[in-house]
Amino acid sequence: MDAKDIRLLIDTLADRIIAASDELTALDQAIGDGDHGINMKRGFEAAKAEAQAMAAGDLPAALHKLGMTLVMKIGGASGPLYGTLFMALAKAMPPDPDRAQLASALASAIAAVKARGKSEVGQKTMLDVLDPVYRALAAGVDAEGIRSAAREAAKATIPLKATRGRASFLGERSIGHMDPGARSSEIMVGAVLDALEQRS
Amino acid sequence: MTSSNVGIVIVSHSKDVARGAAEMVRQMVGPEVPLAHCGGDPGGGLGTSVESIMAAIAEAWSEKGVAVLVDLGGAETNSEMAIEMLPADRRDRVVICNAPIVEGAVMAATESSAGSSLAAVRSTAEELYAGSIVP
Repeated sequence: MDAKDIRLLIDTLADRIIAASDELTALDQAIGDGDHGINMKRGFEAAKAEAQAMAAGDLPAALHKLGMTLVMKIGGASGPLYGTLFMALAKAMPPDPDRAQLASALASAIAAVKARGKSEVGQKTMLDVLDPVYRALAAGVDAEGIRSAAREAAKATIPLKATRGRASFLGERSIGHMDPGARSSEIMVGAVLDALEQRS
Repeated sequence: MTSSNVGIVIVSHSKDVARGAAEMVRQMVGPEVPLAHCGGDPGGGLGTSVESIMAAIAEAWSEKGVAVLVDLGGAETNSEMAIEMLPADRRDRVVICNAPIVEGAVMAATESSAGSSLAAVRSTAEELYAGSIVP
């Protein structure tokens, strides 16, 4: 990936998350502390401001810097969680990954997020989207299939009861709402795929 | 100059809670325990900031280590991240106590003021959760 493509990737990620800020906040008001959209927006606005510098190196270097920025700027628990995701991807990825390398890097990154959040799939978190996306990626599903796997997976968090994170305080009352972290992960997956497809 | 007592760091989502808890600690144990606190996200709202936590750990640094007291989940996750980002020679000397933030900070600081080790400070704070006043 050259600097232009890396820039496109970071800008697309940032623009989509910033645009979804109100929606993410509304989801988080239902079952969390209502700051997911605001926090993510702050993190990705900072990322956008630094996008040019991030794109100066190769893809892993850019993802590492993006992760660091999110850790420092987001504020809520999603800072370390998304920061860890991108930093772990960076660590496990060659500069120009093929699909298999991307899948294997995502597997490492998911393991790192699990360790950071002390959580597993099925607890109504971002992992409930990232894991099915990994499986679709590893199984050779096309971009549209991966998008729909992410969409369905985010939707599938609605009936789940949260057992990690702030929503777990609500217990049964967390049932019936989509997890905000699952939704932000779905948005990011869509953004990455769109950016990759727009590449010249 | 670094103190011969274990440092205490208080990390709350709220700047006011962090400051209030630190005041209580200061009043009870006096100035001989290195103490720092932080609260609020990078935008000034409720939340926690890795950068502020790292700064607080540096402020309360002691060669004997630092015990960190946190409130809700994000404070713990952000504190873990902050600890991992410390220089390698400091990382192993910072622990997060599984204890209620106010009572834990006071107990930890009291233990620290007696010149105890980091492990002893942590275990005194964590005994609170073994008691009956909190779950």
